[in-house]
Amino acid sequence: MERTNKIDKLNMINQITHLDIENVRKHFPILNRLVHGKQLVYLDNGATTQKPSVVIESLIKHYSENNANIHRGVHKLSEESTLAYEDARSKVARFINAEDCEIVFTKNATESLNLLAYSLGETLREGDEIILSVMEHHANLVPWQQLAKRKKIVLKFVGLEKNGSNKLDLEELRNLLNERTRIVSLTHLSNVLGTVNDVHTISKMVHSVGARFIVDASQSVSRMKIDVNEIDCDFLVFTGHKLYGPTGVGVLYGKKDLLKFMPPFLTGGDMIKSVSLESSSWNDVPWKFEAGTPPIAEAIALGRSIEYVIKIGIDNINLHEKELIAYARQKFEDLDYVTVYSPSLESHIGVISFNVERVHSHDVASLLDNEGIAIRSGHHCAQPLVNYLGIKDCARISFGLYNTKEEVDKFIIGLKKVKTFFGEKIKVKNE
Amino acid sequence: MNKTELMYREIVLEHYKNPQNYGTLLDYDLSNKEDNPLCGDEIGITIKLNNNTIFEIKFDGHGCAISQAAASILISHVKGKTLDEVKNLSREDMLKFFGVEITPMRLKCVLLAWNVLQNAINNYGEKNE
Repeated sequence: MERTNKIDKLNMINQITHLDIENVRKHFPILNRLVHGKQLVYLDNGATTQKPSVVIESLIKHYSENNANIHRGVHKLSEESTLAYEDARSKVARFINAEDCEIVFTKNATESLNLLAYSLGETLREGDEIILSVMEHHANLVPWQQLAKRKKIVLKFVGLEKNGSNKLDLEELRNLLNERTRIVSLTHLSNVLGTVNDVHTISKMVHSVGARFIVDASQSVSRMKIDVNEIDCDFLVFTGHKLYGPTGVGVLYGKKDLLKFMPPFLTGGDMIKSVSLESSSWNDVPWKFEAGTPPIAEAIALGRSIEYVIKIGIDNINLHEKELIAYARQKFEDLDYVTVYSPSLESHIGVISFNVERVHSHDVASLLDNEGIAIRSGHHCAQPLVNYLGIKDCARISFGLYNTKEEVDKFIIGLKKVKTFFGEKIKVKNE
Repeated sequence: MNKTELMYREIVLEHYKNPQNYGTLLDYDLSNKEDNPLCGDEIGITIKLNNNTIFEIKFDGHGCAISQAAASILISHVKGKTLDEVKNLSREDMLKFFGVEITPMRLKCVLLAWNVLQNAINNYGEKNE
């Protein structure tokens, strides 16, 4: 409770009361660049967000002024680097309402999930069950498939509601949960559908059978307020580069009592307490899970990006992105040759996936690129979901805090051009 | 025209909209099907030989305009050629058939059909050695 108040206070002090887009865009130097002679319209934030100057400057400052290895040297630079690195951990912890010792720095969300699949996976036995969903990114699927093979564990999958809502079928989840369920690992926000999963409700359901609940917050962390105590998840993962931070640093949150009993994932330097030629004892959490030299400059820069997001206000970002989604959906409605794969508006944020009738998504993306508009195409590292939707691929726009309605307009004009370019009548080969 | 417009020039779109030799041969000597795991584009090829010469050849599949047009263009170049002649076609030859400079991210689209064809011939060679 006390911690929650602290966050609110921090937000209140620093918050800009409304999102001044014109000003905000000036914080991101890359938005000035031209692509194919046109002003960049960056709508691929689901893949990675652009970086504000404060983050870029943080990287430069670290390497120009403070760079040294951490937790080792007794010299001044090592002390400064260590303090900055651990301070970044505190910033992450406060941001999601966790304790410092519950934050493990990893390489990215994929490594965080692999860490769990190996470490938490070690505690599982043959016949135990893990529940995932059909809307998971490959990062929250393949590590569990590998674990299932290694330890003869049963994987089960929650599908979407049968009514075409593009929402997770919570009734199906309820039916899949049983006393053999050990882990439920689900995305907070689908990187294809933009569907927000009700992790608060799911958490209660999962805990009612005594299983552990893992939340993949990769897509949600930059656009929704996350409070791990409120969600009451056991673990939560995200990557830094989708939160306006640098690549190369990710986060694993774990309840400290669970992290303590879990075996390490990667072993080596820094994660040990003492080492003899025969055996070693492990460092305390979270360092037990941070073997070798971590991404020091990147973690510090991630701390800066979190400060930046707090300053802008995660609630402001949320509102702004919801507005963009509503606006874009409305624009899409006028285009009868476009199919959109989305849930209802109230469960929707961040990304919109779509297909243009009889035009492959890569061609849509190539032609939009020619207009300076960056979007994603293909299977979005979520092949099972794309197949589930009955399609081979799709195009996707995804918003960041700096996107504007004018950019949505440019995108829609670009989309109309794509349609004109490919012509009204494309012969369907199988007809 | 800039690079993208060149890549999607009329002839490419024409091959995409009206692919030549599209379909599957029921009676064939060689076949191969592969996809591009990163984007899911897929090309299948069936070939009927006459004295080691490509007598009939068809392709099918799905994917972007570039991969499908490239397949149609390649197939029209290899009909009537011997397997050895086709085997000697390099990546550069394929790019020449396609005719314009391709952006780096789309190279794999242009080369998919060429890969499928080369592997079809290599597999056939191994089987008949």
